[in-house]
Amino acid sequence: MARDRSVILRVVQNMFLHVFLMTVAVACLFPLFWMVRSSLMSKAAIFTDHGLIPRDPHWGSYATAWVKGDFGIYFLNSVLYTVCVVMGIVIIGSLAAFAFSRLRFPGRNILFTLFVAAMMIPLPGSFVPLFVLMSKLHLANTRLGYVLCMINVGLSFSILLLKTFFDKMPTDLEDAARIDGCSRLQIWWHVALPLARPALAVIVVYNALNVWNEYILATLLLSDKSLMPLQRVLMVFNGAYQVDYPILMAGLTMTALPIIGLYLLMQRYLVKGIFSGAVVG
Amino acid sequence: MAFLPANRAMAVRPADAARNFFFVLPALVIFAVFYIYPFFELLRLSFHDWQGIGPMHWVGFQNFRELMADKVWWNSIGHAGYITLIALTFQNALAFALAIACDREIRLKRFYRVVFFIPPVLSEVVVGILWNWILHAGVQGGEQVGLLNNFLVEIGFPQMVHNWLSDPKTALTCIAVVHAWKGFGWGFLMLLAGLQTIDRQMYEAADIDGASPWRTFWNVTLPLMLPVIIVVVILTILGSMQVFVLILSLVSQGLVYHTEVPVTRILGAMSGTNQFGYACAQALVFGAMLIVLSFGLKKLLNRVRWS
Amino acid sequence: MRHAFVRLSCVVLFLAIFGCGRVDRHSETVELWHWMTDRDETLQKLARQYEQETGVRVHVELFAPSDAYSNKIIAAAQANVLPDIFGLLDKKPIVASFIKAGFVEDLTPAFEADGGAWQAELFPPAVDTNRFLPGNVEGVKPGIYGVPIDLTNIQLVFNRTLLKKAGIAEPAKTLDGFLEQVATLRRVGVTPFVSGFGEIWLVDCFASNYAFNILGEEKVMRTFQGEVPYTDSGWIEVLRVFDRLARAGAFMEGIVTKGNKYAEQDFALERAAFAFNGSWCVNVYHDMNPALDYGVTTLPAADPLLPMRSWGGAGSSFVVSAHGPNKEKAIAFLHWITRRDQQIVLTHETYNLPSNREAVVALPEVLGGFLRTMAHTTHPMIWSHSEDPVVVEALDKGIQAIIIGDATPEEIAARVQKVKEQQLRKLRRPGGF
Repeated sequence: MARDRSVILRVVQNMFLHVFLMTVAVACLFPLFWMVRSSLMSKAAIFTDHGLIPRDPHWGSYATAWVKGDFGIYFLNSVLYTVCVVMGIVIIGSLAAFAFSRLRFPGRNILFTLFVAAMMIPLPGSFVPLFVLMSKLHLANTRLGYVLCMINVGLSFSILLLKTFFDKMPTDLEDAARIDGCSRLQIWWHVALPLARPALAVIVVYNALNVWNEYILATLLLSDKSLMPLQRVLMVFNGAYQVDYPILMAGLTMTALPIIGLYLLMQRYLVKGIFSGAVVG
Repeated sequence: MAFLPANRAMAVRPADAARNFFFVLPALVIFAVFYIYPFFELLRLSFHDWQGIGPMHWVGFQNFRELMADKVWWNSIGHAGYITLIALTFQNALAFALAIACDREIRLKRFYRVVFFIPPVLSEVVVGILWNWILHAGVQGGEQVGLLNNFLVEIGFPQMVHNWLSDPKTALTCIAVVHAWKGFGWGFLMLLAGLQTIDRQMYEAADIDGASPWRTFWNVTLPLMLPVIIVVVILTILGSMQVFVLILSLVSQGLVYHTEVPVTRILGAMSGTNQFGYACAQALVFGAMLIVLSFGLKKLLNRVRWS
Repeated sequence: MRHAFVRLSCVVLFLAIFGCGRVDRHSETVELWHWMTDRDETLQKLARQYEQETGVRVHVELFAPSDAYSNKIIAAAQANVLPDIFGLLDKKPIVASFIKAGFVEDLTPAFEADGGAWQAELFPPAVDTNRFLPGNVEGVKPGIYGVPIDLTNIQLVFNRTLLKKAGIAEPAKTLDGFLEQVATLRRVGVTPFVSGFGEIWLVDCFASNYAFNILGEEKVMRTFQGEVPYTDSGWIEVLRVFDRLARAGAFMEGIVTKGNKYAEQDFALERAAFAFNGSWCVNVYHDMNPALDYGVTTLPAADPLLPMRSWGGAGSSFVVSAHGPNKEKAIAFLHWITRRDQQIVLTHETYNLPSNREAVVALPEVLGGFLRTMAHTTHPMIWSHSEDPVVVEALDKGIQAIIIGDATPEEIAARVQKVKEQQLRKLRRPGGF
């Protein structure tokens, strides 16, 4: 009897939980749905057809956006920037975070505080000096310059998050590795990084999204179409005067897909219970 | 708790310290080149009167004195504070609740995990266009144009139809809600990653001890999650205090001064009224306030951990 | 196998970043940076045509949105890497600073060559917005510094269908008449007026039109100089225009937080009978609703005995970098692009008014209307004085407050005057400028 009641309670609880989760899910999915829906409408229908599903879907906007916006080249640029910046941040940031968490050297706490403090100062004020600096270093209008700038933008946050996770992690495995004669660098690569996978997954997604959606620094630092990232196309589509909404929405959908794909990929590391064996706490 | 070897009472040999230092060197070089130089330029400009072009005039602390007396500026900090408060409470509570739900063995959890992260992925352009359509206050042919107002009429509450974004009473709250909707995915993601690092055996042990779910949450989950919560709190503060793209896309250049936040003031001073020096002083003061706030909160939350 | 792949991709990435990262340009190529998303294709096309005709390569680069463009120009000026041709989207004092700092070439000799042939081809208002007159308060050497590539003005557009529905034959010429029409429109359930009043500059334009109408240009200029206070009855009358319109229910709900893009959408979809917008709207409305039946007229005058003016002149202008290696080529290209044939291409592909008088052929009807209202225009670039942008912000934000019923015209006038006095004190301070 009591068992039955607890089963019923569970089912009711689960129902409420799912209703709650579904409500949030719908609120999250709606814009995506709406974006895709608008991209399938004709220019004339977009303001007049209020139906949820376009009566007469036009797939042509995607082709038009791809060709008209020269998506191909910008897409490649964005992929290149994203991969480089994310790799750079993961390596540089995790090295630093590992040191801040595990290694001892003079000025450690002050340096860490400086890194965290740096992300609090809003960037807009420093655009002009940044550009002047990049020009002096001959890095303005180069891929390298943009990548380094973007690494800098994401570094503080990544170090903070990774250090937090390193601090949380057990040292047993590292101690064992040390006794086996592993160097610090080997411990970082073979022990610390694999253990920090969920945090690394967050870092990868965060920084990838940051670079993927960035255009202010790109416009400032780059002066050639051939070097520009994907967001430039969207800014042009979303121009000051006339906006072709179906094409803009098609462009936005195509831009959002790779990031959603990356997130799906990273989910594995984010969610898999890789800590089931290790003792945490 | 985890031990930091560095915290053990043992001396570090200078050679070791130097080798350890190499780990932070790449980060430090990038930081020094791309942050420190612009920062000192920012500092220098904040003591000048400058239009962005042409001659600079040294004015000493004039910009800072003006800032102290600038009511609009201090109000803008209050507005950002309000948005942040809603983000810290409402948005983070939602994120935490969803993360806990998705950490458990429930059906469709993979679906939920993907879907909750969609708003952060979306471009601000889509968010702006979509919410402008939802909150539109106009009428056409006797019918409400905006989705929300239209919905209110449909369900029989025509008296609740409102000028959502143009009424000082509701504008800021609307912005805060849209911001929370756009941002909770990040907290969800980080908290979920944190929850995943908690050993299942801890829960099982608590279950065997007969602890209620609430007690397990309070005694097991919360203490273990505190470091991640601190990071999420700091990031929420940063993200919400520095919000501006969303505001520009929802209320254009602002509803009188009721929707001004520090970053819109800084941008306005730079490109609207051409006071570069003043904008730099604003950025510095604002940055300093955020540093004090974040580190203060971190200290406070850390103390909670030990009490 | 896997390691080999990883290594290979690392090498490829390395090459991509360091190898072909920098694009080297020939110094003979004329660099042009612009911000006009709607005209990029046409400009690219014209540049290609120019290269075929003359062998001179013009590299057209677009930067959007315009805020990012302005940032880039300021940063490029500081680093001394401005392109041969660029645009200055800023207010008159900033344009003057660019010229005084030696970044902008004086184009007067080119315009005056051959007995002023180039100047004679163009509409005078388009040239005037690029001219600094002798004795200007900014202290710029008198002359023409920019090349106008189009012509624009900002007026009242009206939806014929909606006006007919309310039984209105013609938009009123006076403010009192307009207020009556507003009441009529409200009675039949039509929203009377929309504009992008979430954007400061549109509020400013609307207000300055009424200031010119009520106070007259001379008194407005004296206000800017600090001789007439904003608490003057004339200025209160200007602020009252907004109060009266708001009380009559003229404005669309939510107008003060509306970007012009959304306001344009509202008018194109027939959600409002009137809109205050520039001649670029012809292109926008055509795109969103080709069937829209609308016309253009001047704003209703508050004082019918005095002229009603609105902002107009060059819509977009280019300047030539004084430090560039290709000054002559750049000027030649800009001259070419303002010639009749090229202007016709620009007009017909982008629905803008041409800056060249001879290019007015087969204009769309509404664009013709805008051309007629060009006679009643003025522009901040041709005023003898400029208001401090801090005061402008206070005034325009104050007007928004009046529209939403947050403050009375008298309160706003007092507030703006206080800001004005503050800025004047700063100006008189030693070292101020």
